[in-house]
Amino acid sequence: MRDLAWDAEAPPLVACHDLRFSAGGAVRLEVPRLHLRAGAPTAVLGPNGAGKSLLLRLLHGLIAPQEGRVIAAPEVRQAMVFQRPVLLRRSVAANLDYALRAAGEGRRARRARLPDLLSQFGFAASARQPARTLSGGEQQRLALVRALATAPDVLFLDEPTASLDPAATHAIETLLAQADAQGTKIVIVTHDPGQARRLGGEVLLLNRGRIAERTPATQFFAAPRSPEGRAYLSGALLL
Amino acid sequence: MQGFAESFASAAMLILTGDPALWEIVALSLRVSLTAVAIAALIGFPLGAALAVGRFPGRGAAIVCVNALMGLPPVVVGLAVYLMLSASGPLGVLQLLYTPAAMIAAQAVLVTPIVAALTRSAVEGLAAEYDEQLRSLGIGRLGAIPTLLWEARPALATAALAGFGRAIAEVGAVLIVGGNINHATRVMTTTIALETSKGNLHLALALGALLILLALAVNAAVAALGARPREALHA
Repeated sequence: MRDLAWDAEAPPLVACHDLRFSAGGAVRLEVPRLHLRAGAPTAVLGPNGAGKSLLLRLLHGLIAPQEGRVIAAPEVRQAMVFQRPVLLRRSVAANLDYALRAAGEGRRARRARLPDLLSQFGFAASARQPARTLSGGEQQRLALVRALATAPDVLFLDEPTASLDPAATHAIETLLAQADAQGTKIVIVTHDPGQARRLGGEVLLLNRGRIAERTPATQFFAAPRSPEGRAYLSGALLL
Repeated sequence: MQGFAESFASAAMLILTGDPALWEIVALSLRVSLTAVAIAALIGFPLGAALAVGRFPGRGAAIVCVNALMGLPPVVVGLAVYLMLSASGPLGVLQLLYTPAAMIAAQAVLVTPIVAALTRSAVEGLAAEYDEQLRSLGIGRLGAIPTLLWEARPALATAALAGFGRAIAEVGAVLIVGGNINHATRVMTTTIALETSKGNLHLALALGALLILLALAVNAAVAALGARPREALHA
């Protein structure tokens, strides 16, 4: 793992200011200021309904903010992996090819890259297999490889291992560590404190739509600064 | 009863010996209905997908209309196309009335709403599933249409087959705009109606048997297409 220096001078990859989002008459998210810079992974923790997925979708641009701004430079490449992998009803190779084409890579470049991608990530043998016949863990791994295929600067993940067994979870985390080492900023929503600890970056604790605490992971798990952080780790943090 | 059994026997002979008059009629039926379905697919697939993913005023009303048009009575379609193509109609100069082209047009009008409505319902379900993933990959609402159509291909094949079943079996529209002219616009359904009224049962029976076989084949194809993706999901 790299050291945990977040360069405060570097321009943020993604930022939001005065973000507010309400639904059903209740404020679901209220983030006055959040800057995500290149560096170690950010694990977004918090109880159900804290606004974690909403924050991710707003930052990625899947949901337009009602109030405030999300600032993401167009040259900063983003990708996202969802809790349930959404693979196209095509072969494994065609799924990767689709993502490369969507990212604007030409036919010749794709034809050159595709075999490398497939063998690099262990999909060479299953390249022609319909993607939806892969096991759940392999489907999610393919979704992750598809997201990484375009070498994104920021990778958002929304509970990517929530329905995976330990082996499949380990495979995903190995890929995330590789991507982190290659300079992709990882922003992951997880319900697994162990996962946040293993990724070894910082923890962003959300509670009732607000950022309760943002601390390096080692510090958070040793001695959280906020009352919400202490309550969360003791299992007492409820909505 | 004697005549009945004889009619069945000579109907079977007609089919088995490959009677040229019979096959001429079957071939024209297939040509007209297949072309009509191809035209309906060309219009109905994109139209259905646009209705599924589009966000425009009047979308709800358009969907209701397309769904309602699925049940268009063939004779009414025949009448409408007849009025368009008749000598005094807006398309009279084309002189298409009582030609296979007119029959293709009438059946295409009949089938397009079926294809469009079934496509819309299939693509709408997929669009909900794929929406966030496709937008995450940077694909816009309109850009997603070709992808969604390709992803929905088993359902689209089913829609086309359902349209074909409707086209090959209808009699009212092709009778009005085609005129049931011997060696020109005579198809299976119009021939059955005519020959039965003339008491010439063996040709009618032979064509009826072939029509039922076609319907069976279409339904078997629909069932086969429906079974495949489910197997793939469970594998």
